[in-house]
Amino acid sequence: MNDTKLETINYSLYYGKFRALKDISIKIPKNKVTALIGPSGCGKSTFLRSFNRMNDLIPGVHTEGSVLIDGEDIFKVDPVALRQNVGMVFQKPNPFPKSIFENIAYGPRVTGLKDHHKLEEIVERSLRSAALWDEVKDNLGKSGLDLSGGQQQRMCIARALAVEPTVILMDEPAASLDPIATLKIEDLIHELSANYTIVIVTHNMQQAGRVADFTAFFYTDESRTGQLVEFDETKKIFTSPRDRRTEDYITGRFG
Amino acid sequence: MDERSSEIALIHKAQALNLKKEHRRQSFWVALMWLFGLITVSILILVVGYVLLKGGTAINWEFLTTPPKGGLSGEGGISTTIGTTFYLVGLTLLIATPLGVGAAMFLIEYAGEQSLGSKFLRSMISIANFAVETLAGIPSIIYGLFGYALFVSTLKFGFSLLSAALAGACLVLPTIIRTTEEALLAVPDDYRRGSLALGATKWQTLYRVVLPASTPGIITGIILSVGRVISETAIFYVTLGGSYRMPTSIMDSGRTLALHLYYLAMDTRAFDKAMGTGAVLVVMIILINLLIDFVSRKLTAGVRRVR
Repeated sequence: MNDTKLETINYSLYYGKFRALKDISIKIPKNKVTALIGPSGCGKSTFLRSFNRMNDLIPGVHTEGSVLIDGEDIFKVDPVALRQNVGMVFQKPNPFPKSIFENIAYGPRVTGLKDHHKLEEIVERSLRSAALWDEVKDNLGKSGLDLSGGQQQRMCIARALAVEPTVILMDEPAASLDPIATLKIEDLIHELSANYTIVIVTHNMQQAGRVADFTAFFYTDESRTGQLVEFDETKKIFTSPRDRRTEDYITGRFG
Repeated sequence: MDERSSEIALIHKAQALNLKKEHRRQSFWVALMWLFGLITVSILILVVGYVLLKGGTAINWEFLTTPPKGGLSGEGGISTTIGTTFYLVGLTLLIATPLGVGAAMFLIEYAGEQSLGSKFLRSMISIANFAVETLAGIPSIIYGLFGYALFVSTLKFGFSLLSAALAGACLVLPTIIRTTEEALLAVPDDYRRGSLALGATKWQTLYRVVLPASTPGIITGIILSVGRVISETAIFYVTLGGSYRMPTSIMDSGRTLALHLYYLAMDTRAFDKAMGTGAVLVVMIILINLLIDFVSRKLTAGVRRVR
């Protein structure tokens, strides 16, 4: 059926002694959009960061079980190389205090590309893919910080695309945006899913319903240890969830 | 019900009365703060004005361009002392800037890393942090004595630009480290995460994103250090010596403006020349402060526009 792009097997994560994620096994399909939903503090963002090893940066984190990308253990891959393959878009747009051009060219530059002509090509292609080109093509020298919030977020997506990843992780990419900017981001996610495996964390269930092919529901009880309750096609999760807790969450009874 | 509304009316009355009192109280304190502010500004203007007026008459082209003649008369100008000041500032910062910026980068960006998790290293790091705090508050003459003992006598550099610059570097290191640390801490972690998530190494992240974003702060620290070197006397008295000739190598003795001022005031009767030298110093310090202001405005313009 679907090729699996990302996979975790009995994956647990600890912050020091505190277990934040417990025994998560999931197979995230290639070139689809997978949404991670669940109440606050259920570990979905932590789980997302597992795929590009950003959790490595937090002191005291250790993990059990395995995380695979294309069947390969990500802990055996150089984290820098991994992050070139697994891009990330953050909740708050975080452009560098540089020009739009330099923001997009940043990734290619750090991976060793110096040819200005090539860089120009990449910048244009990335901005086009992120549906931002027409809005900024005459102002590439302008500071990335001068863009509106929604434009900044699309620039950050373009910046991630410029490194040619195969996976894009998005941590509530529209949480700080207004409804129109949100819609643009959602359209973009939809378009990008043809060529990229996208995993998106969202608090917004309608958003999950709109953009995601698959949805994973995370839940936590008093222990505050996050676990995966249910993972299926978005349609099924929303129309006929197997688990009671999923149903309660989807129907807005809590969360 | 009626009782309640009359109670409320009473409360409102009391509140109105109290508000009047509070307004008066506020006026009093505001007036007092104005007064304090005025006194402070007046003192500043008085000191600077006095030096500039008194010294201004001694300043002319000849004064600025001829070397001091030495001796008790204090004759001659200040040209070599201006030259020496610039040499010393340059040499001191050449030594202190890379050391200070590097140390701050280590303390902020690397010292907290897990890979440096051994107890011994961690206690070394907290000692280093404590030392930086403390060193900033030590009187400059202590650095002078240390510089004299180590550079002048033990290492046999003698009274020289080199000894003075090394001692001066010790003096300004805490300033550079502290301002650089603050500048690095002010860089949002979003930038670091954003860069790392794009597959940049930690060094690339530092070099390409964090350092440029913290440049204004670092430059402020450097300029503050320039001011410190220009204005210090005691430390250079015991490391630079007092030759009023132009130093021709880093092993030569010399005299900075501040040091020259000290010699003129203590050893000669040339009070007007001392004032003139003082006026030049004051102008230099004012220019440096304007420069700090300009640089930090200019360089933060791009960064501050966030959100």
